[in-house]
Amino acid sequence: MGMNRREFGKLGLAAGMASVAGIPLGLHRAAGQTRGGTLSTIIHPEPAMLVSAISQLQPTLTICGKIYESLLRYDFDLKPIPGLAQSWSVSPDGLTYTFKLFPNITFHDGKPLTADDVIFSMTKILPETHARARPIFTRIDSAEAPDPLTVVFKLKSPFSPFLGAFDCTTAPILPKHIYEGTDFKTNPANDKAIGCGPFKLKEWVRGSHIHLVKHDGYYRAGEPHIDEIIYRVIPDAAARSVALEQGTVKLTQWSDIEQYDVARLTKLPHLDMTTKGYEYFAPHLWLELNNRIAPMNDKRFRQAVMYAIDRKALLQRVYFGLGKVATGPISSKTRFYDKNVKQYEYSPDKAKALLDEMGLKPGADGKRITVPFLVTPSGELYRRVAEFLRQSLLRVGIDLQFEGTDVAGWIQKVSNGEYSMTTNLVYQLGDPAIGVSRTYISSNIRKGIMFSNTAGYSNPEVDRLFEEAATASPDEKRQELYSAVQKALVEDVPIVWLLEQDFPTFTDKKLKNVTTTAIGVHETFGAVRFE
Amino acid sequence: MSVVAITRYGGRLSAYVLGIAYGAVKIIGVILVIATFNFILVHAAPGDPAQVIAGQSGAADETLLRQIRSAYGLDQPYLVQLASSLKKTLTLDLGYSYRQQRTVLSLLLERLPATLLLTGTAFILSLVFGTALGTIAGTRAGKWSDTFFTIVSLLLYALPVFWLGLMLVLLFSVQLNWLPPFGYVTVGVEMTAWQRIADIASHMVLPTLSLAAVYLAIYARLMRSSIIEVKQQDFIKTARAKGVTESRIVMHHLLRNAILPVITVAGMQAGAVVGGAVVVETVFAWPGLGRLIYDAVLQRDYPVMQGIFLVMSIVVIGLNLLTEAVYRMVDPRISVRSVR
Repeated sequence: MGMNRREFGKLGLAAGMASVAGIPLGLHRAAGQTRGGTLSTIIHPEPAMLVSAISQLQPTLTICGKIYESLLRYDFDLKPIPGLAQSWSVSPDGLTYTFKLFPNITFHDGKPLTADDVIFSMTKILPETHARARPIFTRIDSAEAPDPLTVVFKLKSPFSPFLGAFDCTTAPILPKHIYEGTDFKTNPANDKAIGCGPFKLKEWVRGSHIHLVKHDGYYRAGEPHIDEIIYRVIPDAAARSVALEQGTVKLTQWSDIEQYDVARLTKLPHLDMTTKGYEYFAPHLWLELNNRIAPMNDKRFRQAVMYAIDRKALLQRVYFGLGKVATGPISSKTRFYDKNVKQYEYSPDKAKALLDEMGLKPGADGKRITVPFLVTPSGELYRRVAEFLRQSLLRVGIDLQFEGTDVAGWIQKVSNGEYSMTTNLVYQLGDPAIGVSRTYISSNIRKGIMFSNTAGYSNPEVDRLFEEAATASPDEKRQELYSAVQKALVEDVPIVWLLEQDFPTFTDKKLKNVTTTAIGVHETFGAVRFE
Repeated sequence: MSVVAITRYGGRLSAYVLGIAYGAVKIIGVILVIATFNFILVHAAPGDPAQVIAGQSGAADETLLRQIRSAYGLDQPYLVQLASSLKKTLTLDLGYSYRQQRTVLSLLLERLPATLLLTGTAFILSLVFGTALGTIAGTRAGKWSDTFFTIVSLLLYALPVFWLGLMLVLLFSVQLNWLPPFGYVTVGVEMTAWQRIADIASHMVLPTLSLAAVYLAIYARLMRSSIIEVKQQDFIKTARAKGVTESRIVMHHLLRNAILPVITVAGMQAGAVVGGAVVVETVFAWPGLGRLIYDAVLQRDYPVMQGIFLVMSIVVIGLNLLTEAVYRMVDPRISVRSVR
């Protein structure tokens, strides 16, 4: 594995802090003077807590980067760039990772951040509290700090995705002096959210807003540029659109804005829109088929479903073009993607032929089979997707019977394998060894666990390829193995991949540097400024 | 004599104490039954809080599920969970939300002021203006003002709250720019106490109006029909025959008798004041209890659901007692009847 030593790319200093326009509301404005440098944005839904080492719900992750940082950041191609670590190296045997920290990093309580805090977070806190980080950091055999600014991790066996796990959502650094010897989950400091990021928590009025202010001791000279960030809790989609349109909020992310509002808001002269900044997460939308039961346990049926859905039309009509048709299990944004796989073009005829071959002949009403479909209860969009799929599949004689439930019921049914078909959106998390293999390998068929292999798919060859690819080196070898596994899976269609879904990030035209890395709005915002 | 007197006095005292004790036992019994019912209902809903929390974290494993289950006490048998829940109820311990990592009491107290401010103001506004409108319409039954108020109250009653809220936002916030569209206070601005009060008041206008509209319509309709009914009774005719002025008839005879059904309904709805208003709180991003309950239900946050339901039940019991007292004050015949 090649050395990844990079110079810290200096992010341009802001020429000066522009004053932000006041909240343009009559009585509202009369209440007091507005200040410059306030970024007002939305958080939806409201997080349960802000410590991403302990809670990994999406809203927590959106905010956490402002408060907590990790060793690395990742550019849009998922290549590591300096975070808290100014440089790093990997030993030729792929076992030893050495990180050099920037000097003068301090926590929000004024205490310095040293190598000990990094080691404590990676080896003590995260393996206990962070389900996604646990399988990665339990691979650490030993961790040492030869000096306060150097961290050396030795792994039990080579695992090249290791270098991809140091973003602030996966590996936030917490202060050892506050957490050592305590119950991490109930430590009272969780309320104060003490990290080393450019912003610190000033106030959290539950149900209303989360108010972050500048951390004066931030280690990057001149950062942060803005004085404060206010995350407003706005539960209603229409109210969120109004807030953005009016300029009450200057930034929206993820699904703050409903798909059908995106085109209209994009045209507004005071707004910019980008779909970049979600590369690390690479959300993959799919139609999940329960491979354990008939007819979904027949490859021909699964292929027929793949042929029967006009995914381009789904993208245009339901998602208003926000995304890309998925070609297989790995997103084109994720590492080791291979586009040279079998293509399933829209072809109801091929679908019908496959169903005929299975012996599923159409009845007098044209229907061949009725399959229950568990509608994903995550809002209006999924309802529309469900309607689209029903229409598509009805054309080839598959009749979907909708079943409704709420989020809790849905999670229970899907994670226990008590469903036939449903839709799901799953993050790929940069490396197939972390975010992709988990939904296909048979060792990960685990009852009650969401985002495991809930489709119940099992193929020894796929298991072997994924296992080898996770630890193989160099990258060329990994690519070979991942290409092979993509071919095998696309032939087998354990899941009907629909779209690589894009999410819009809207910013006020005066707001700059919001999306600079592969984790976009989850980043620290130290460089964010008003023009 | 004195012995008899003491015995009689003691007897009265013990009867009095007994009466209070009986009332208290009755209330505690009701609360325990409610708590048991809450427990059963909340746990009967499909879905497992551990799976919800683990599932929404985007990645989960058995360790996480085990941690959550043991933290929630979900790994205990149902009866043990129920017993511990009832024990907590008796000691007035509302429990701890592992999802929010806070005590239910602190969550509740955080949201209660905003809720009381919004729903309480809307309740009082709708009660006062609804009763007034209903009185005007009732006393002028058949005239144009009656027709006008009837149409307005029917309209208000028929409008969906969320739609009315959004229309008010479009008009007063987006078009006219007079009022803030959401939230309860301007954040990140230094304010004096008076500016803060004015700021909160400006945020309250639209949600309060949306919420008050429906209740106002209910009270106005109720009051109108009640007035028309009472108006035809003999004692009103007698008063008129005696030459009592019309305004005195309305204030002292009509209103006092016609308002009873309004008090009944208001007493029932006062309980909802504490429960918050999910729809209005959602449309206007108002940080109230309604949204807390709604989110807790979606997330199967058992301690929060049970805790809030319990507090609401206690408030409703209290309000029922209060309504009875008001009833007796307004119409002394009721207490006479009840004594008999």
